Amino acid sequence: MKARVTVTLKTGVLDPQGKAIEGALKSLGIDGIGSVRQGKVFDLEIGDMDKVAAEAAVKAACEKLLANTVVENYRIELV
Amino acid sequence: MKAAVLVFPGSNRERDIAYALELTSGVKPALVWHADSELPAGTDLVVLPGGFSYGDYLRCGAIAARATIMDAVRRHAARGGLVLGVCNGFQILCEAGLLPGVLMRNAQLKFIARNVHLKVERSDTPFTRRYNAGAVIEVPVAHGEGNFIADAETLKRIEDEGRVLFRYCDASGAVTPAANINGATNAIAGIVSENRRVLGMMPHPENHVDPAIGPTDGRGLFESLAEALQTA
Repeated sequence: MKARVTVTLKTGVLDPQGKAIEGALKSLGIDGIGSVRQGKVFDLEIGDMDKVAAEAAVKAACEKLLANTVVENYRIELV
Repeated sequence: MKAAVLVFPGSNRERDIAYALELTSGVKPALVWHADSELPAGTDLVVLPGGFSYGDYLRCGAIAARATIMDAVRRHAARGGLVLGVCNGFQILCEAGLLPGVLMRNAQLKFIARNVHLKVERSDTPFTRRYNAGAVIEVPVAHGEGNFIADAETLKRIEDEGRVLFRYCDASGAVTPAANINGATNAIAGIVSENRRVLGMMPHPENHVDPAIGPTDGRGLFESLAEALQTA
């Protein structure tokens, strides 16, 4: 089993990196993109365990390390 | 004073801190490796130095905050022990949950390395007793992620409890948007824990302690600690 964790900044948290990317896209002449928020993606290989246990393990990983829940949200997909 | 300066892979200001501590207290601090599980017996001050622990991977301070030695630091803080985190040390303390909030990328996305002015908000702490409240000191900063933020409720609590110890200001002590170098909320440069025994700050007081090198405005912080621990 594999898991993909997507970490994004919470709404309202200023994202200067996203803003810089947004500016670069504008200067490239790519129209129609309103705003950019930068996040992170983690691909995890899960050991031999059932789905419930895997979900619990990945959730623990997110809470304890992968995301700083003061400013970030995370989303888990098991595949 | 029995100080322990923590060393993580990528720390680079531990010698500066050690120098400042020895200069002001006369006692050489112990350098403690991140993989150790205990602080030296009798440690009364733990310092987390600046640098780029673990290459700033994941988030600044995130990996170091989960290092083995940090459990000992948590126990030390829970006992009311003094903890000082400078720059990356501040980031580590926030990631470890010993201080609230987060240090985000500087608002203008630039790494800032220069001298700044700080307003000392209060003098009734073990870190600032040798300063006068409202004093303006000049110390260097060197960081890319010093933009302090916290949720509105946390921020209100920090402010209401008077836990902001240093704010970015101009040379006259005015806290202006122009003087707020990294866009930190409320121009916050340093905060203390609820019991005022844990301080995290982005600027480097340890680099302004020796008249042979330049200004000595940072010396007061280390003299404060030496005095606080002597009379304790």
